[in-house]
Amino acid sequence: MEKKRLVMVGNGMAGCRTLEELLKIAPDMYDITVFGAEPHPNYNRILLSPVLAGEMTIQDIILNDRDWYRDNGITLHTGRRIVKLDRVARKVIADDGSEASYDRLLLATGSNPFILPVPGKDLPGVIAYRDIADTDAMIEAAATRRHAVVIGAGLLGLEAANGLALRGMQVTVVHIGAWIMERQLDKPSADMLQASLERKGLTFLLEKQTESLIAGSDGRVSAIRFKSGETIPADLVVMAAGIRPNTALAESAGLHCNRGIVVNDTLQTFDPKIYAVGECVNHRGIAYGLVAPLFEQAKVCANHLAQYGIGTYKGSVTSTKLKVTGIDVFSAGNFMGGPGCDDIVLHDPAGGVYKKLVLEGDRLVGACLYGDTADGAWYFQLIKDGQDIHELRDHLMFGQNHLGDVGHKGQTQAAAMPDTAEVCGCNGVCKGSIVKAIKEQGLFTLDDVRKHTKASSSCGSCTGLVEQILASCIGGAYTPADSSSKALCGCTDLNHGEVRAAIRERHLIDIPSVMRELKWKTPNGCASCRPALNYYLISTWPHEAKDDPQSRFINERAHANIQKDGTYSVVPRMWGGLTTPDELRAIADAAEKYKVPTVKVTGGQRIDLLGVKKDDLPAMWADFAKAGMVSGHAYGKSLRTVKTCVGAEHCRFGTQLSMSMGVKLEKMLFGMWSPHKVKLAVSGCPRNCAEAGIKDVGVIGVESGYELYVAGNGGIKTEVAQFFCKVGSDEEVMEYAGAFLQLYREEGYYLERTVHYVERVGLDHVKGKVVEDADNRRALYERLLFALQDYKDPWLERAEAEAKSELGREFRSIAIKQAMKA
Amino acid sequence: MSTETTPWAPVCALDDIPLLGSRVVRADSGDIALFRTDGDVVFAVHDKCPHKGGPLSQGIVHGHTVTCPLHGWKIQLESGEAVAPDVGCARRFDVKVEHGQVWLRT
Repeated sequence: MEKKRLVMVGNGMAGCRTLEELLKIAPDMYDITVFGAEPHPNYNRILLSPVLAGEMTIQDIILNDRDWYRDNGITLHTGRRIVKLDRVARKVIADDGSEASYDRLLLATGSNPFILPVPGKDLPGVIAYRDIADTDAMIEAAATRRHAVVIGAGLLGLEAANGLALRGMQVTVVHIGAWIMERQLDKPSADMLQASLERKGLTFLLEKQTESLIAGSDGRVSAIRFKSGETIPADLVVMAAGIRPNTALAESAGLHCNRGIVVNDTLQTFDPKIYAVGECVNHRGIAYGLVAPLFEQAKVCANHLAQYGIGTYKGSVTSTKLKVTGIDVFSAGNFMGGPGCDDIVLHDPAGGVYKKLVLEGDRLVGACLYGDTADGAWYFQLIKDGQDIHELRDHLMFGQNHLGDVGHKGQTQAAAMPDTAEVCGCNGVCKGSIVKAIKEQGLFTLDDVRKHTKASSSCGSCTGLVEQILASCIGGAYTPADSSSKALCGCTDLNHGEVRAAIRERHLIDIPSVMRELKWKTPNGCASCRPALNYYLISTWPHEAKDDPQSRFINERAHANIQKDGTYSVVPRMWGGLTTPDELRAIADAAEKYKVPTVKVTGGQRIDLLGVKKDDLPAMWADFAKAGMVSGHAYGKSLRTVKTCVGAEHCRFGTQLSMSMGVKLEKMLFGMWSPHKVKLAVSGCPRNCAEAGIKDVGVIGVESGYELYVAGNGGIKTEVAQFFCKVGSDEEVMEYAGAFLQLYREEGYYLERTVHYVERVGLDHVKGKVVEDADNRRALYERLLFALQDYKDPWLERAEAEAKSELGREFRSIAIKQAMKA
Repeated sequence: MSTETTPWAPVCALDDIPLLGSRVVRADSGDIALFRTDGDVVFAVHDKCPHKGGPLSQGIVHGHTVTCPLHGWKIQLESGEAVAPDVGCARRFDVKVEHGQVWLRT
């Protein structure tokens, strides 16, 4: 069958991304021809500013070099502008007379700079700031001329001004508005930005309307006159007063346009054979200028060009997170506020930080951040979700503080960090390496950066910093990841919530049927989704869904913790942190018998034997079983420990029997799998020696009973547990704690700790289901007990298993010599 | 790499390797990981991740790829090469399955 012909007019970022997406899913469907008016292959337009500033070269910002087009069989015509579109004959004609026929046409003509209609606008020395040619013209002018005037104090204008100043020109920025960047900033933050730019040598003239541009004796522009009558010298004038969708070709062919080529949710124009993407498009009344929405369009458009016919583009909620000449700026939503809105404002001029949050009732509707934008992504999420924030209101301004406490010297502002500063303490990645990778590899998303640099890919505590660096490198191209709608992994478009719901509603009980029913894109998933699915199945359908060991991380399959050298660590359970001379003897014997190199006391009040060979595990466990000891699950997304203080058993301050309470809880929860690890603690009095304040469930004894705290965390980011309720008896502690954990097991997303789960659903929701609704609490508690009944010690099971059996062979290697004989 | 002169050695039955799982063969040249993928294709790769030496046999198998348990590098089982953007290669070995018997050439 002959291939169809796809012609693309325009060779920019949105168009080429569409082709990339198309080639990914239907590489052989089309013969592709591309016409670009510029003489270059596709480059990253957003990085023209660093080129102007002398930080990068044109070569650095090429996204698809000519080899890419050739390798993908794409015919590329650069330097050829399409002047005619003949929809009847289905062909396009270029300015050199050459023609190309199409079966499908993709218009990606981008936008044109808006040129003020003033006398002198066509003089030599008057340019826009849109492409490589403009950038070259500015670099050239900077070498020989002195006075530059930039008209327009938007992002582009300020970047042009900054670049020209760095190249030695005296730069004046002229702006019609009362403050700069009025589409992204309110007045106080804009004033701070202006003051900072003035310190760098830029001059600002606000509320000035240009009347005309005046030619000098050499015929070039030499001055600019304002309506106020003032005149200032100008050897170079850069028009940066906005952009307009480039619809000339589409309009000339009679395609419906209205401030952009009008498209439907599949990016199809009014001519069904013609699609359009990018800045030239008007989708539901909006022409987007940021790259992130355009890439979303590209994905949908490619899907339809490939005739898959699924996926629609519904528009994008945008936020602006960018770096203006080294200063982080973020804004989203209605950041100006107005009647019916409350503003929460933090303004520290000397510290260079400004934050404004706009609230309407109990909803966050807008945010404007200057200097410290670490929490931009969080605010954006709250705005998009329309989440009720009344509980957060008193500390909303201080941010989510999703940056961890440690690992990056407490830095929260990426812009202030030198290139040599370590951003990711886990993988030892410094800021310079991240910046380099983003620029050289053309990265646009957090996931890309994680893949290429490993930064933020381990504990994730530096994610906020990495996002800031990404935003500062790629400017408007960056949109913070949308956590609530984020797909579980690359194998599916569904998110955790949707997958959980489907497993419950459709009564799915094994991984193959989940993948089949939910149309997984990969034959057997990946190392991210399989453990998640396995957990969702066994927690939703206990005793019915079969646990799949091959979908468990090795620690949960081997029931021990893998170490860096491939050996394992073994932690026997010590109920409530209590042990006996017999148990200690058994541990000492095992340590000697199996030549354990390191024996260590853990933070969870038990003993860790480190450096055990995998082949030795079943025998060691058999020895422990003889001493009555069971697995401590120190390796699992499961109940870890219940830490206790001495309590009223011995302590002169103790009010409750914390050790016995801890043992009861630990015995009840033994073998509980959960979205992430779960740690408990019981203290016998408010002195809280068991550190119950940073546990998933913390129990603190008081004279009249127990206080329960939930969703604490002592890890990456220390989070203090929140007061949950007060109860009177041990039985109630078990019921309330059990019900809370069961709710978390049923609603939590895989790898979500209780603190993040509660943050997502709200403490009110959890209290409503557990504390306030007694029937529901008992039902949850019953379901937990049902799931946990008949749980067998996994160590004993494996120690007793036959070598050849499914459980046993995990620990037996095959000797090649024996194999040779066979 | 494997040479033509090394003979094939029988190592185990296909069913001794869990589906989407692995077994370790202790060879003189070091541990070799045998992987059984969906569709019963068997691969053999040196049991050492090119990143930091993690035991690949302990990883999760998906498609024709294994994810290293230590730091999540993905290794392609056909070639032993790391999935881009990571760069590195684990040595691969010839392996075949005949009548339910797995043969390895080290």
